[in-house]
Amino acid sequence: MPSSKAQAPVYSRAERKARNANLRGRFGLVLYVVLLLLPIYWLVNMSFKTNTEILSGLSFFPDNFTLQNYAKIFSDSTWYMGYVNSIFYVSMNMVISLSVALPAAYAFSRYKFIGDKHMFFWLLSNRMAPPAVFLLPFFQLYSSVGLFDTHIAVALAHCIFTVPLAVWILEGFMSGVPREIDETAYIDGYTFPKFFVRIFIPLIRSGIGVTAFFCFMFSWVELLLARTLTSVEAKPIAAIMTRTVSASGMDWGLLAAAGVLTIIPGMLVIYFVRNHVAKGFALGRV
Amino acid sequence: MQTKVENNKAWFLVMPVFLIVAFSAIIPLMTVVNYSVQDIFDPYTRYFVGTEWFKQVILDSRLHDALLRQFIYSFTILIIEVPLGICVALMMPTKGRGASLALILVAIPLLIPWNVVGTIWQIFGRADIGLFGAFMSYIGVEYNYASNPIDAWLTVVLMDVWHWTPLVALLCYSGLRAIPEVYYQAARIDQASRWAVFRYIQLPKLTNVLIIGVLLRFMDSFMIYTEPFVLTGGGPGSSTTFLSQSLVQQAIGQFDLGPAAAFSLVYFLIILLVCWVFYTTIMNMQKDK
Repeated sequence: MPSSKAQAPVYSRAERKARNANLRGRFGLVLYVVLLLLPIYWLVNMSFKTNTEILSGLSFFPDNFTLQNYAKIFSDSTWYMGYVNSIFYVSMNMVISLSVALPAAYAFSRYKFIGDKHMFFWLLSNRMAPPAVFLLPFFQLYSSVGLFDTHIAVALAHCIFTVPLAVWILEGFMSGVPREIDETAYIDGYTFPKFFVRIFIPLIRSGIGVTAFFCFMFSWVELLLARTLTSVEAKPIAAIMTRTVSASGMDWGLLAAAGVLTIIPGMLVIYFVRNHVAKGFALGRV
Repeated sequence: MQTKVENNKAWFLVMPVFLIVAFSAIIPLMTVVNYSVQDIFDPYTRYFVGTEWFKQVILDSRLHDALLRQFIYSFTILIIEVPLGICVALMMPTKGRGASLALILVAIPLLIPWNVVGTIWQIFGRADIGLFGAFMSYIGVEYNYASNPIDAWLTVVLMDVWHWTPLVALLCYSGLRAIPEVYYQAARIDQASRWAVFRYIQLPKLTNVLIIGVLLRFMDSFMIYTEPFVLTGGGPGSSTTFLSQSLVQQAIGQFDLGPAAAFSLVYFLIILLVCWVFYTTIMNMQKDK
């Protein structure tokens, strides 16, 4: 009995300690997030200012709140078509990556076949190839097959790093689905394509969402290949942004507004997958 | 691990992936190999030169400098980003609305196009219009990333830490989420200290995601191009000219296709080699435990 009495305060002290640590953790996290968002806030802040105000001094809020930078982007088709082009090739890339990676990931997660390990490693090794290495060959390859300056060219070029990643993530998610489900379905008379589309794909919905998110993420942020493979028709917004350097100096406000608009799609996409993203970042295999 | 059925027909399922990646990977790679052994004046005048470009590239002092800069840079950001990422992951709330919010906020930098990241820091670091630059001059630090090589280098590192720590943090966060609550309960019963919980429960469970994180960060920092290009253009001097930068300068700027191709292959091999060494060392360390 006395021993339990003596233990009680020790326990609560430990608890208080834990609560303190928790508070410190919250504070640290808030500090980190504030530092993280500060540069982005600065960009947003600048995008609502005129160039004279930007150059005349620092302020945390725009004095003369203006939308003219955004108005300029949305009224000029050479500007806003950049966004359309980017979204277009990113979506194409997502569709291509997912449709080829789904069956392949299934094969890797369910079957043993000749060269499976080598194939898997080869796929991943493409993720290690610096895009700068492929710059010139890509340009020549796509020019020679007449795909230069098309959306599909950029989508295909980005496949080199999105497809291996998609296979990797999907394989992790698929390995989490018990094999018995496959077998039961086959016994029930499902053919493979029917089983795959009707039963299997709905089962790994969240995995597909996360994979799409990752494809989006890596295709949306890439500039080097996208810029090299396009000139006018399919030019991504990221490349168009370099136009803000003109004879009269930098158009900072316009640059900031264009930058802010490139952040928004990413935020929307992560909002949709927020509940699955923790698992997705572990590539489905913790 | 369930046993897998042996079935070579599975190749039919892998075929589409193979074809699409081969189109974008093998053909260009072969082109690079082809260039690397030729001296090219124009599309119709080219000579076979054997391994001459490789010799030239391996002995090139500019490449050595860029390689050294690259290694110092990659290791610096790994040393900063990995511990910081773990700390952030430990601080992130695990349930409720706060968890989603923290997740979204932390992930934002990952979804910004790389050149916009460069632009953000280009603006942020300027003393006249940027908060960071202004703050540095306010506290009396001489800071100009456009003219001082050390400042430029530090800014690129800071930018990378800002940009990529979230990836490490999210990887670790998902690793931490996979630890069953029972482990923590057991630790509480044993009255284990916070440090002991971290050292003996959380860290071992994080090893897998940390391997992925370190490999991804190493590979990506080794290929870094866009952000420093936008921020500093590789300068001042060549203080922030990393490998990709000098490769692009050579291939597109000077149009030296042969040497650039040889450079590309050496570059690719270095990445493969270092990743392999990393991977096997970590795996062996795990086995020893």
